[in-house]
Amino acid sequence: MRSGRLWPVHVVLAVGAAAMVLPFVWEVLTALKTFTESTRVPPVWVPSFAWSNFAEVWNSTPFVRQFANTVVMTVVRTLAQLLFCSLAAYAFARLRFPGRNAVFVVLLSVLMVPDQLFLIPQYQIVQGLGLLNTLPALFLPGMFSAFGTFMLRQFFLGLPDEIEEAARLDGANPLRIFWSVMLPLARPGLIAFGVLTVLWSWKDLMWPLIVNTEPEKMTLSAGLSALQGEHVTEYPVLMAGSLMATLPVIVIFVVLQRQLIAGIAFTGSK
Amino acid sequence: MNRREWAWGYLMIAPLVLGLGVFFLWPVAQSVYYSFTDWTLFGGSTWAGLDNYARLLRDPEVGQALWNTFQVMVLGLLVVPLAVLVAALLNTRGLRGVPVYRTLYFLPVVTMPAAVALIWRWLYSGEYGLINYLLSLAGVSGRSWIADPHTALYAVIVVFIWTYVGYFTVIFLAGLQGIPAHLYEAASIDGAGRVRQFFSITLPLLTPTIFFTSVLMVMYGLQMFDLLYLMFGKGSPAWADNKTIVLLFYTKAFEEGAKGYGAAIAVVLMAVTLAITAVQFRLQRKWVHYA
Repeated sequence: MRSGRLWPVHVVLAVGAAAMVLPFVWEVLTALKTFTESTRVPPVWVPSFAWSNFAEVWNSTPFVRQFANTVVMTVVRTLAQLLFCSLAAYAFARLRFPGRNAVFVVLLSVLMVPDQLFLIPQYQIVQGLGLLNTLPALFLPGMFSAFGTFMLRQFFLGLPDEIEEAARLDGANPLRIFWSVMLPLARPGLIAFGVLTVLWSWKDLMWPLIVNTEPEKMTLSAGLSALQGEHVTEYPVLMAGSLMATLPVIVIFVVLQRQLIAGIAFTGSK
Repeated sequence: MNRREWAWGYLMIAPLVLGLGVFFLWPVAQSVYYSFTDWTLFGGSTWAGLDNYARLLRDPEVGQALWNTFQVMVLGLLVVPLAVLVAALLNTRGLRGVPVYRTLYFLPVVTMPAAVALIWRWLYSGEYGLINYLLSLAGVSGRSWIADPHTALYAVIVVFIWTYVGYFTVIFLAGLQGIPAHLYEAASIDGAGRVRQFFSITLPLLTPTIFFTSVLMVMYGLQMFDLLYLMFGKGSPAWADNKTIVLLFYTKAFEEGAKGYGAAIAVVLMAVTLAITAVQFRLQRKWVHYA
């Protein structure tokens, strides 16, 4: 009875969902076509399963290297942000020290500045350190985040005082309280923020594009965009490459969906 | 509190303050300084006073880029009503399959921009594109949407909106779930229909979220880079005629080596961002309801 009344809702949602998904369906189909099939008009709907497109990506690009670079960049950035941001967020939320609010506001002002204003000097720092076309170049500035500090501070502000007080009376110092008491309590926040950071890091383009220009040192997202410049017409191969590059995040998303959604919902509610 | 707590406080914020200081705060000051200097191709720079800003005012590309950026920003805001609609529908009581819909709508959010751009360039293709094929079935002859300077920017804006609908839907869903159910119960006892309930309860209580997402989307729109860079492709007519402020910055600073001029463009972008955000915050008093 009820579902009968809901069918118009389903129709609208399904049309929208189709618009979201069909481009991906077309991507998968194209990745499995031969080049001539891909350029046929009217289009070929059932591809001849040209798996060689995937082999072509594997053989003609340093795919494994770029994959490894992306993983290293993402993991280091995420772990570093989780550590540095949570340390500072705890101090800003829970400890009293002179200048606390002033420093916090100055750090938050970073959020209002367009990324482009950081880029030239950041590039020069990395260049000055002799790190262009190296792994550290990929993760260096991305290890620190004003947004993460802000978000995690909100989590720490919401935790109850009592447990912290008990630990304090036992003589634990703030670092110890942070590590053994508060961090475990803030776990849902840390996971949500961590998943968000993984997602943005994996997708990041402008910075990796600028610092690492040798194909072996690129990330997948930069490598994929460079590939588009070289083999403009080989769409099936490009589609195969983009599927291979995107698959890991889709897997992460499917596995950690709840945490990611929680993280995004949280950023919107504060 | 005691001095030991002070010391711990400073110690714990030190790594972050150092990192943000070196990589973000100092660069802002540095960039502002650069905007008053002139760079040679070999990396040296000389003081140029207001030359870069004077050049900005004369440069027809800047006016064009501002106009393009403005269009991206304004049209990009369409994502907000779309996301409100999807979230409101998903929030329908007794609706089944919500997790499935959510996953499908979220797919573009988790996909790498390079992949998104690639898919859409192919869909938009003048000769082999699926979109033109479907249009031809309806008797309409399409065009090379992304290569044609007249349509390129709008074609990218469509993709821009497409990638963000799922993201903002999640934020609005959280907002909707925060609205107390008894308000709706009271309204239906008073005889208010679903449409009436939406406009009298849902929408007003959602205004803080609408405000938040609009501020965010304006910033995303002003600073959009990935999709434009990837979809236009260097050297195409679309790239030449449809630069936004950020694309102009990238071209000047990293392709032509005019770092001083690039920095001046970035400073202008910051000023524009701050001005628009300030206006948004000022206007919110007129329409945002905080419960």
